[in-house]
Order: sequence, then structure tokens, then C-alpha cells
Amino acid sequence: MNQAATAARRALLVGGLPLALLALWWVASADSQSFYLPPLREILGVFAGVWLGPRLVDDVLPSLARLLAGFALAAVLGVALGVVVGSSRRLRAACEPVLEFLRAIPPPVLVPIFILVAGIGTTMKVLVIVSGCIWPILLNTVEGVRARDEVLEDTCRVYGIAGGARLRHLVLRAASPQIVTGMRQALSIGIILMVISEMFAASSGLGFTIIQFQRGFAIPEMWSGILLLGLLGVALSLLFRVFEHQVLSWYHGLRRAQRGPL
Amino acid sequence: MRAGRWQRWWLGVAGLGGFLVLLEVVPRSGLVPERYLPPTSRIAGALADELGQASFWRALGDTLEGWAIGLAVAVAAGVGLGLLIGSVPALRAATASTIEFLRPIPSVALIPLAVLLFGTDLRSKLLLVVYASFWQVLVQVLSGAQDVDPVAMDTAHSYRLGRWARVRHVVWPTTLPYAVTGFRLAAAVALVLAITAELIIGSPGLGKEIAVAQTSGAVPAMYALVVVAGLLGVGVNLAARALERRVLAWHPSTRREAAA
Repeated sequence: MNQAATAARRALLVGGLPLALLALWWVASADSQSFYLPPLREILGVFAGVWLGPRLVDDVLPSLARLLAGFALAAVLGVALGVVVGSSRRLRAACEPVLEFLRAIPPPVLVPIFILVAGIGTTMKVLVIVSGCIWPILLNTVEGVRARDEVLEDTCRVYGIAGGARLRHLVLRAASPQIVTGMRQALSIGIILMVISEMFAASSGLGFTIIQFQRGFAIPEMWSGILLLGLLGVALSLLFRVFEHQVLSWYHGLRRAQRGPL
Repeated sequence: MRAGRWQRWWLGVAGLGGFLVLLEVVPRSGLVPERYLPPTSRIAGALADELGQASFWRALGDTLEGWAIGLAVAVAAGVGLGLLIGSVPALRAATASTIEFLRPIPSVALIPLAVLLFGTDLRSKLLLVVYASFWQVLVQVLSGAQDVDPVAMDTAHSYRLGRWARVRHVVWPTTLPYAVTGFRLAAAVALVLAITAELIIGSPGLGKEIAVAQTSGAVPAMYALVVVAGLLGVGVNLAARALERRVLAWHPSTRREAAA
């Protein structure tokens, strides 16, 4: 009984405000005459028709595939370069100003440059996503590799662990919490760049379609696109949390153990 | 220690110099066509050209204006709401799921809405900048308010400090380092979004100049403007870090850093 009450309280706390806000939006917009702010009923009404038809295959899935490809490529490049740069003190000092500068360039600014080099096809969009996602991963990997535990380092040396085994069990392991942090930042940048690269110049894709709706004054359809982008952002961040939980379970356990029983 | 710092400095300068030379040599040798990647010297020339033009300075001013106003609004709202939500447990529990849901919504999703509502006005830039940077500040302030030492709080209660005095003397000093981190993150995000809004929506500013240079095929000028955007980003980062050190000079983490 008591347990049920606690569960109900929790559910109310988690779901209460979002539902209240949605209800408020629904009621407040119910008989909205404003052209730009259509009733929520209308937006949800067009949602399935707009996004679950052929557009799912033609626009939404290719966008997501480009995001995934760019993100994966950035992760591989970022971790590889990060391990190299992070392992040498001299190299790190030499690269730092250049990396700081490259990281500080707002990634959307690179869209025109990549259009120049690679046209407006898939290559350009993937390149844009890679160029934005790589910096948080690279810099976090450098930090993670640099700050690895000295005792573990010495232990590895004593036991003659070197080469690939050392890389896998010592360097990447030690840096993995930082790498995952970098990847989380990179993911939200990646979503933004996926949309922007398609808004700037494209003939298909999620960002392109939403801009088309806006230019054609298909307002409920445009709003449904905004909703879809929001849902995608939330879904990807939830997926990433599951991934993080899997990869870093050892780390969270270690932290709990170090903090001692509470 | 001192020698080590000099060595690091020299290595950094050498790295930067090497990077610039590489960008000069690669296009000159024909490895990458010059119309894609102009050599450093031509970019520098275009940059000097830009610096002499009034329109460039106006664009820079527009960008900085949108950045500063948006950042100020986001920081004020984030700190205010963060302290309010953070110091009332019931409020924190009730809003946690909503914040988790709203935060990952990419701010660029708002671009079409901003265009419809405000056109290429400053307001559409502000909408994007404020939305993106607000969450950075709010989330940091919330975790700061959560980090308050229970003993300090109990002490404040024992001394019968009022609600306001508790916020002022117990919650705020704990939250400040988090808030400053939030400010630093928000400052960088705000710049990205300001320039993005100009690039995509066409609000006046550096981003719009880049888009214009691209469509008119002025490749060196485009690269020069990208370099300016990068330098602006570096400047914002450095300024935010300097501010962090100043504001938190009393904080143990900064004091340790200074001693080391």
C-alpha cells in the first residue's frame, strides 16, 4: 500500500508538470485564430500524416544515418588523435593553441566552406557533422589520457604490458569517462549540425523539409517538424544515457565504492 | 617550473607557426586547389581588407550585440530560476523531468519559428541565443544549489537566518562556482547560436557576411571571416576564464591552482 503510494507520488512528480504544460498548450491554443500559432490539436493531427509516410524513408532516416555516420567518424578520429596528442607532453604543448582555435570556430560557419569543397551532397553534411563533433571528443580524450593514474601506469610497466594491451586496458580505460563526456557533448552538437547543414543547402532531409514548410507557410506541418526535432533530441539523449550506463558501469561502481557506504 | 612554462610557450608558438605554414604550402603546391583553400597569405590579405571596411565592423558589432544581450538575459533567467527551483525541494522534484525533456531539444529547431515571428530581426537571433544558453546556466545553478553543505545549512537554521539571508550567505557562495562554469559554457554557446542565426536566417552580423561571401564566390574573404569568428570564440573563452578566476579568487579550487 505504502509502496504503491510512493510509486504514485513519483509518477506524479515525473509526469505531472509535462502533462500540465501540454494540457495548458492544448487548451490555450484550442481556438487560436493566430496564423502562426495553430491549435495543438491541428499540429498533432498532421503529425502522423506528414512524418510517418514516405518522408520517414526519404528525409528522416537519411538525416539520422548522416548524423550517425558523422558522429561515429568523429568518435574514431577524435579518440585516435586524442590518444596520440595526449600521450606526449611536447606534442600536447605544440598542438594546444591550434586546437583551441579550431575548437572555438563556431561549427555552422564551416558549412559554406564544405559546400565549396564537397558540394551540397551527403559528403558535405557528414563532413560538417564530423568537423563539429570531433573537438569535444578530441579535447576530452587528451585530458583523459593525460590524467591517467600513475600507479596503474607503473604497474603496467612492471608487468610488461605494452602495445595494444596497454592501449586497451590502461589508456582507453582510464580515459573512457572523459571520452564519454566528450561524446555526450558531441551528440548534441551533431544534431544541431545535422539540421543546419540541411537548412543551408540541401534537397532532402529533416532540416530542409521543415524550412520548406516554413517557406510555404504550411504552419501546422512546420510545428510538427519542430516537435519531431525535439522528440529526436530527447530520444537520442536517452539512448546515449543507456549506452553510457553500459560502458561506464565499472566507473560508477568504483565511484560509489570510493565514496563508501552511505 | 619557469623553464617548463617557457618551453610550453615556445612549443605552442611553433605549433601555431607550423599550422600556418602548412596552410600556405598545401594550396601553393597544388595539393588542394587554391579556389578551395587559399594560402594563408591571401587569407591574411583578405582579412586586412575586411578590417579596413566599415561594414565589417558594423557586422562584428551586430554579432556582439546579439551575443551580449542574449547571454545577459539567459544568465539572469538561469540564475534566478535556478536559485528558486534549487532552494525549494518540492519545486525541484516537480520540474526535474520537464527540464530533462526540454534541455536536449536542439535550439535550431526554433529557427523556422523565429523566422516566421520576427523575420531577420534582432529578436529572432535573441530567441535562439537565449534558448540555447539558458539551459547551460540553469542546469549548472541547479546542481550547485544541490551541493550546499547540510552542516552549513543547519548552522544557518540554528542562527535563525531568514530565507533570504540563507540564500545570500549559504546557497549563493556554494552555487557561484557552478554558475560561473555555466556562464562560461553559455558564453561559447551564445556566440555559436548568434552566428548560426545570422548564417541561416540572415540577421545582420558576421554569419550573414560569411553567407554573402560564399554566394558571391569571395573565397579568401569567406576564410578571413571564418578566422575572425574563430578568434572571437577564442576571445570569449579567454575572457570567460579570466572572469572565472577573478570572481572565484576566494574559492579553494582557484587558490590551489594559483599556488601550484
